[in-house]
Amino acid sequence: MSVNARITTHVGDFDLDVSVTCAPGETVALLGPNGAGKSTLLRTIAGLRPVDDGRIIVDDSVVDDPSSRIFVPPERRRIGVVFQDYVLFPHMTVRQNVAFGPRSTGADDSGVDHWLDALGIADLSDRKPAQLSGGQAQRVALARALATSPRLLLMDEPLAALDAATRMEVRGRLRHHLTDFPHGTLLVTHDPLDALVLADRIIVIEGGRVTQDGPTAQVAAEPRTDYLAALLGVTLVRGRAQDGLIECQGGGTLISSSTASTGEVVALVRPQAITLHRERPEGSARNTWQTTVTGIDVLGDQVRVTLSGPPALVAAVTPAAVADLGIVPGQSIWATLKATDITVHPA
Amino acid sequence: MSSRTRQAPVPRLILVMAAIAFAFLALPLIGLLVEAPWGQLPELLSTPAAQEALRLSLVTSITAAGIATMLGVPLAWVLARRSFPGRTLVRGLILIPLVLPPVVGGVALLTAFGRRGLIGQYLYDWFGIQLPFSTAGVIMAEAFVAMPFLVITVEGALRGMDGRFEDAARTLGASPTRVLFRVTTPLIAPSLIAGAVLAWARALGEFGATITFAGNFPGVTQTLPLAVYSALEVSREEAIALSVVLLAISFIVLISLRGRLLGGRG
Repeated sequence: MSVNARITTHVGDFDLDVSVTCAPGETVALLGPNGAGKSTLLRTIAGLRPVDDGRIIVDDSVVDDPSSRIFVPPERRRIGVVFQDYVLFPHMTVRQNVAFGPRSTGADDSGVDHWLDALGIADLSDRKPAQLSGGQAQRVALARALATSPRLLLMDEPLAALDAATRMEVRGRLRHHLTDFPHGTLLVTHDPLDALVLADRIIVIEGGRVTQDGPTAQVAAEPRTDYLAALLGVTLVRGRAQDGLIECQGGGTLISSSTASTGEVVALVRPQAITLHRERPEGSARNTWQTTVTGIDVLGDQVRVTLSGPPALVAAVTPAAVADLGIVPGQSIWATLKATDITVHPA
Repeated sequence: MSSRTRQAPVPRLILVMAAIAFAFLALPLIGLLVEAPWGQLPELLSTPAAQEALRLSLVTSITAAGIATMLGVPLAWVLARRSFPGRTLVRGLILIPLVLPPVVGGVALLTAFGRRGLIGQYLYDWFGIQLPFSTAGVIMAEAFVAMPFLVITVEGALRGMDGRFEDAARTLGASPTRVLFRVTTPLIAPSLIAGAVLAWARALGEFGATITFAGNFPGVTQTLPLAVYSALEVSREEAIALSVVLLAISFIVLISLRGRLLGGRG
């Protein structure tokens, strides 16, 4: 086990109470909204703040455990950290930044050249951080962290400081480096794409608690919280299922073609699967109901129409459809949804 | 449109008062430069008394600024980085010398380090050390008034700096000492230098605390400001000549700190 952390800590009124693990060679994304406690969690594992209660174990050695009065300071944890905005030392050159770690620990700094080469920043050696682009600074920050031969790598929003075009390129390269890194990596992000591309496993953190933890593909396919569902572009409906008939928690029923799950379930609906009509439509769709429009949001090339329910859902339609149907908030409207477009998972 | 930046109109009264304020500050300096006996300056400044005062002032003010920096930086660091009960009180006490009349500072130093003072009596009885009316006393008086300048400047810089630089250094394996010398100090260097120069300028100009605690003995405790004061009773020209030297030094200090004090837009 590369890291096994059970952490309870309080920051003002906010309390963080989570358990996270990361195996050697595994990349785990800590995904969650701003203020969920992700960065506090990273700082705690790095040793920049102590846990109030719990225990952090890195490679079989306890680094923080108040019950046995153990606290290993950050400089002796051998945990590499790539900070948000990179936090490169502005008064040092790229080379001095990367060499800072090895020199701090009295290690031989012959590895510095290796990391400058590996990350393709050797030709930037003599530059100061102010002279670097965002993508270059990100590589220097990664080289600086890896040059200390860490036994665990922590990355706090490694791509958030980059513009969209650079982010895509850097994400691809980062994935390559993380695959080469033999130890565990914990990566904090609020961007689902980062998590989907980079991580083997996703831990979702909301309000200081772990709300979902599983392999990336599974978490992406079966979001269990409204936050994650919205993030992935699906609507999540909780309810009780019996033979494909779902009694929704907030009222209303849905008919799904997946009849395997019985009892407490979460049903996932893609907003694009819902069609809207002015009159009661005739057709094959098993779910047809009348509802009221409560909100309209333009999102890229789609318009998201919030429906009051029951059941409460979001439909994604084209701007042309909004114009044709003359959709306005408060309007009564008919919605249809095919039974095959509802996936059901045990809750 | 003209190429000048358009500015909001200012009430005439404000402009008049601003001009008076400027004249009030500038005229005495102009007076000093106009009245200065430029021809005799080398002669006036090369008298043994002037030379002694100049030498003594440089030695004591640089030493005092050095002590203020060496002791003031750790104090600033503790105030900026550690919370402890009574921190506000400690900060308040440190700032008192900034607003205290220097003469009172001199009296206070006497009560602490004078021959019958709180600590001074033991220094004298046990070690035969007598601080008042000595060159060491001058340095103490100067450091007493100068150190707060350094402490508040450096403390402000430490509070203003992004603590994550220090966090990053620690995760890279740097000991707290290495973090202090390789990361914190270089990052606050501009403020540290400014604070040290301000402290030095304050030490150089120190008069009240010095004359009260250390007296006015040529060659031992008579620094430049004290020499100016004494010269005024004997030779106006010599007082002006010494004043010009202090003005020149102040001007150089101002130039060296222009970015910080003049608030230029560069």
